Amino acid sequence: MQKQVLVLEMSMPVLFLAGIKNAMNEKEKYQKLKEIVQTYLPDDVSVDAIRPESNFTTELNINSANLVDIVLDVEDVFDITLENEDMDGMLTVGDALTIIDNKISDK
Amino acid sequence: MNTKNILDKLPYASPFLFVDQLETVSETGVTGSFTFLPDADFYKGHFKDFPVTPGVILTECCAQIGVVCLGIYLMGDELGQNIKIGFSNSSMEFLEPVYPNEKVTVKSEKIYFRFNKLKCKVKMFNSTGKLVCRGELSGMFKNDSDAK
Repeated sequence: MQKQVLVLEMSMPVLFLAGIKNAMNEKEKYQKLKEIVQTYLPDDVSVDAIRPESNFTTELNINSANLVDIVLDVEDVFDITLENEDMDGMLTVGDALTIIDNKISDK
Repeated sequence: MNTKNILDKLPYASPFLFVDQLETVSETGVTGSFTFLPDADFYKGHFKDFPVTPGVILTECCAQIGVVCLGIYLMGDELGQNIKIGFSNSSMEFLEPVYPNEKVTVKSEKIYFRFNKLKCKVKMFNSTGKLVCRGELSGMFKNDSDAK
């Protein structure tokens, strides 16, 4: 019984730190993704239009060919591999972030 | 899929077919050739009294052999009856003129084929083996079964 308490106490600060680290990473991931998307943004779409809820094709006006390039850049930057079904489910910037998170945690 | 099958599946016809034959095709690339016949309509105006094959036509020839033929091969059995192709990116450099009656050979190397986008490095040579133009081209492939 005493041993369990000890484990709990020791793991708490570790978990707390891990939480902060993840929160930072989320921000960094979003920033990295934003930089990639920015490269393929048409001239008439402002960088400010890139938000988690932005739809790549209907709102950011990115065509399917450039969307492939975004996926390939995402693979390089985050060192992950995406499949056809991931691409099909990647409609918004937020979808892309979720896919990136899932792929990184699966590694 | 052999070279004859690929030619049969090409969605072009005269006067906009710029592939005569394919010499080799594999997972990594393709080699094919075309002879520009002197009666082609564009020679009447490019240029006046001085026929030279337009760069856009050389690019089209590179794209038909280097991207479309290779793409048909790579799609293989996944390919439906009516393929839909979109030319998405091109970056070309032109080094030598191509005159009427010249036979050119296009060599294409796959850079990647992912998510139905094929990107290739292409080179076109004239009959003396001189490099005529080179560049990078990409296209999107869609099956007729796709809803989009």
